[in-house]
Amino acid sequence: MGAINRRQAFLLGGGFVALTVLPMAANAEPSNDAAELIKKFTGGKEATKGKITFDLPEIAENGNTVPLALTVESPMTAENYVKEVLFVADGNPNAGVATLMFTPMSGKAEASIRIRLAQTQNVIAVAKMSDGSLFTERKTVKVTIGGCGG
Amino acid sequence: MADKPRIKLPKEAKKGEIIQIKTLVSHLMESGQRKDAQGKPIPRKIINKFSCEFNSKPVFSCALEPAISANPYIQFDARIDEEGTFRFAWTDDDGSVVTAEEKIALKA
Amino acid sequence: MSIRYGSLAVLATAALTLSAIAVFGQEAERMGIPAPPGHVFKTIISGYQFRTKETRALQDDDLENPGFLAVERAADMWKTVDGSEGKSCMSCHGEAETTMKGVGAAMPKWSEKLNKPVNLEQQINICRSEHMKAQPWPFKSKELTDMTTFVRFQSRGMPVAVKTDGPMSPWFERGKEIYYTRVGQLDLACASCHEKNNGKFMRADFLSQGQTNGFPTYRLRDQRLVPLHERFEGCMFDVRGVPYKPLSDEFLALEIYVAWRGIGLPVETPSVRN
Repeated sequence: MGAINRRQAFLLGGGFVALTVLPMAANAEPSNDAAELIKKFTGGKEATKGKITFDLPEIAENGNTVPLALTVESPMTAENYVKEVLFVADGNPNAGVATLMFTPMSGKAEASIRIRLAQTQNVIAVAKMSDGSLFTERKTVKVTIGGCGG
Repeated sequence: MADKPRIKLPKEAKKGEIIQIKTLVSHLMESGQRKDAQGKPIPRKIINKFSCEFNSKPVFSCALEPAISANPYIQFDARIDEEGTFRFAWTDDDGSVVTAEEKIALKA
Repeated sequence: MSIRYGSLAVLATAALTLSAIAVFGQEAERMGIPAPPGHVFKTIISGYQFRTKETRALQDDDLENPGFLAVERAADMWKTVDGSEGKSCMSCHGEAETTMKGVGAAMPKWSEKLNKPVNLEQQINICRSEHMKAQPWPFKSKELTDMTTFVRFQSRGMPVAVKTDGPMSPWFERGKEIYYTRVGQLDLACASCHEKNNGKFMRADFLSQGQTNGFPTYRLRDQRLVPLHERFEGCMFDVRGVPYKPLSDEFLALEIYVAWRGIGLPVETPSVRN
């Protein structure tokens, strides 16, 4: 736990008066290297929306441990499978989250991991298929910050 | 990273069956973003790679960044066409690798 | 990662509160157990019921629950000889799965020898220093928290059964007094949040009854197991008070009293909380 820091003290105190509902900052321009990472992954090619489903809580109880479950639509045969899925988070200090690499032996293009989100932001997935086609999906996660949960 | 990794998969599967594999290892996943009590940055130290092979053939792997939670949990699937051995490996920033093996048999 | 996002957090959290109500369980959905006559609550509800479905899912699966890393570490330590007597925990207690069953659910308990109650952490260290002649583990050390978790886990599913009568009675009363005493710059007592306002938000926090049946608990915030007295300490920091020391008589009294407030709840150690 450690000693309460000044920010925590400030938030805790401020919270009792901060009741105004304000628009979320989730659609603001990415503040990190998310765009660069995606460009590097896709080689600058456009990714189509679709084929990817990922489960993330609408509101993360704590940004330190946010469960993420991925499913990509694919037969996962030697001829047609998902090769790689890049995950980036556009509001973290660094955008990189993970790159998942599948093979036909994976059987399904499904995986679950737990991620850290420093604030309310978008998580973006880009999938690269064995034929080189690209698909993408994004989700906004609201992250609870402040109070006793820090 | 001295603790034994935790791994869950079935002991046997039918030929062609797709099984689910759950893994959990103990690791702080120090992000490099934190500061110590003196205000000095704590250097990054994470597991940056995980891989799973079956009978020496790649099944699933991932490159991990500091945005992965402490005590990384990784769940994925594998198609079983023959009996054999899974080999799991977690690679630390310091170069050390923790490995584990699990066998699976074919159901008659 | 907290410092850079200070101002944003205030805005985000305020906006969150309204939409969050839909995600966190409504009162009617929170399952509890009927409290015994004379208890402060009508229904005693575990902290589990106040958490999101994602957090509950982490606790529900023993492989996915990171608290089990501690259970497994301590299972090895249980058998490991330490100290000048050449003993392990197992030398005296045998298989923890049988001999420790129910022990953690009934702690803290009265010690005739010390003429005061002891909690699980204290009892583990008494065993180490007196019977094993090994160094006691410091509070918050991985070893002490792991072993406390492991022993409590042997009571998982059993009802919290702390005794509060006889010589425990003055300790219970002292704990009750601490529970209702307002402290810190925010001038809040334990009761202000966990008795009067459980099921409501205090900013981003969805307040529970403050039950202890899941401790030590894997906190998502800390990404590790947190022992009860560390959480007590944290609550007192959060209200900007000066906390009592872990394992002090004050926190021991509070532990006894709060355990009684959750009497009958199943032990959930290692639980997962935010």
